[in-house]
Amino acid sequence: MIKVKDLHKSFGKLEVLKGISASIREGEVVAVIGPSGSGKSTFLRCLNLLEQPCAGEININGTDITDKKTNISKVRENVGMVFQHFHLFPHMTVLQNILYAPQKVKRLTKEEAEEKAYALLVKVGLSDKADDYPGRLSGGQKQRVAIARALAMEPAVMLFDEPTSALDPEMVKEVLEVMKSLAHSGMTMIIVTHEMGFAREAADRVMFLDGGILMEDASPNEFFAHPKSKRAREFLEKML
Amino acid sequence: MNLDFTAIVPSMPYILQGIKVTLQIVLVAGMLGFFLGILLSLFKISRLKPLGWFADLYTSIFRGTPLILQLMLIYYGSPQIIGYQIEPYTAAVLSFALNSGAYISEIIRAGILAVDKGQQEAAMALGVPYPRMMRDIIMPQALKNILPALMNEFITLTKESAIVSMIAVSDVMRRAYIVGGDKYRFFEPLIFAGLIYYCLVMALTLIGKAIERRMRQSD
Ligand SMILES: Nc1ncnc2c1ncn2[C@@H]1O[C@H](COP(=O)(O)OP(=O)(O)OP(=O)(O)O)[C@@H](O)[C@H]1O
Ligand SMILES: [Mg+2]
Repeated sequence: MIKVKDLHKSFGKLEVLKGISASIREGEVVAVIGPSGSGKSTFLRCLNLLEQPCAGEININGTDITDKKTNISKVRENVGMVFQHFHLFPHMTVLQNILYAPQKVKRLTKEEAEEKAYALLVKVGLSDKADDYPGRLSGGQKQRVAIARALAMEPAVMLFDEPTSALDPEMVKEVLEVMKSLAHSGMTMIIVTHEMGFAREAADRVMFLDGGILMEDASPNEFFAHPKSKRAREFLEKML
Repeated sequence: MNLDFTAIVPSMPYILQGIKVTLQIVLVAGMLGFFLGILLSLFKISRLKPLGWFADLYTSIFRGTPLILQLMLIYYGSPQIIGYQIEPYTAAVLSFALNSGAYISEIIRAGILAVDKGQQEAAMALGVPYPRMMRDIIMPQALKNILPALMNEFITLTKESAIVSMIAVSDVMRRAYIVGGDKYRFFEPLIFAGLIYYCLVMALTLIGKAIERRMRQSD
């Protein structure tokens, strides 16, 4: 469903991704881990063209998104993204945050969009917060709204860039719970995370990035029990 | 000292009527300047470099020359440039709009740049096209932050508008001056005009504070 072939990305002279190839099946949950600066975020952001790849191919559901002729907005409608710092729209209520893109980008009617939005709010456990502004929510609540906002576009794949790293410890769980139930519902997910427990438990696959290279690509059991590379062993020693 | 404020009492209504003229110029020029400012600020942050150069050049010219020069160029220069004499009121509104557009564009540009970059990324990640994103996501947040600065610009405009009396627009200033000439006493009508400007500025300040307070409540 997602095929990445020899993906390169540089910022000026700094080569951040040095030829990444991977393919991800529909419904798969992939945890991307690796040291700081290894290119995890950059890899994720290439998948919805928040960063323009320098070379290589990214194919999502049969569309080559790096092709100049593809409509970037259409690609992004199909790829949801959740950020470390939520980035909710502060001048809109929770409900308006969720309604905005389906109504204005997908052109759903207000009724259709609202019906879906309320269903999503139930799913993330925030039905009672529909009319609050983001400023009044806790970090965990904000992140759950951000997940609902991305899901409202009914994307084929969801990208998460360290969704729990900015949260107080007691709020991490509520967000991970939502993500787990999303994984069980069959959503294709690519998650950059430092939560090793979550990666082990919820992911079908672990990708270990180091220095812009995909060093390991294995099942969680295999990766955590028998990391092949020295770099991965060192990394795991520090994390666990 | 030879002061007699009772002498100008009969002329006070005449001077007061100038408020309408002053406010008309300030409001219309302020609105036009605001829209011009939005346009120029979008040019300034645009990826199309020539648009940015144009907006920067425009701003530096209008900020780098006296407002009264701009006013007189437009008023006295109009017959040579467009072939007929434009109305003093038109010249006043035009020059003030063009001038405040330059200042307002800088204020708005700073406001846009101050909006968290993540807002733009979140909008882009949802597939929101650039114009919509600017209009619905970035601008509302930018304008909210710069409201005090915008109000300041409006207040400056109100005070500076007194120079339109130079091209015979009968605003508060001009009327006070005429009354002074009539009565051979300038001090009293000018003090009265000063009082009017002061009250206008105070009223604008209070309105601005009230709007700000309401905005903050919605957070
Ligand atoms: N827009 C940019 N311009 C220049 N350099 C960048 C840019 N974005 C990222 N980089 C650099 O690219 C490298 C990889 O960054 P990236 O954010 O992908 O790492 P990461 O693996 O997500 O790290 P972290 O765990 O700290 O989030 C870093 O050295 C970073 O400084
Ligand atoms: Mg990162």
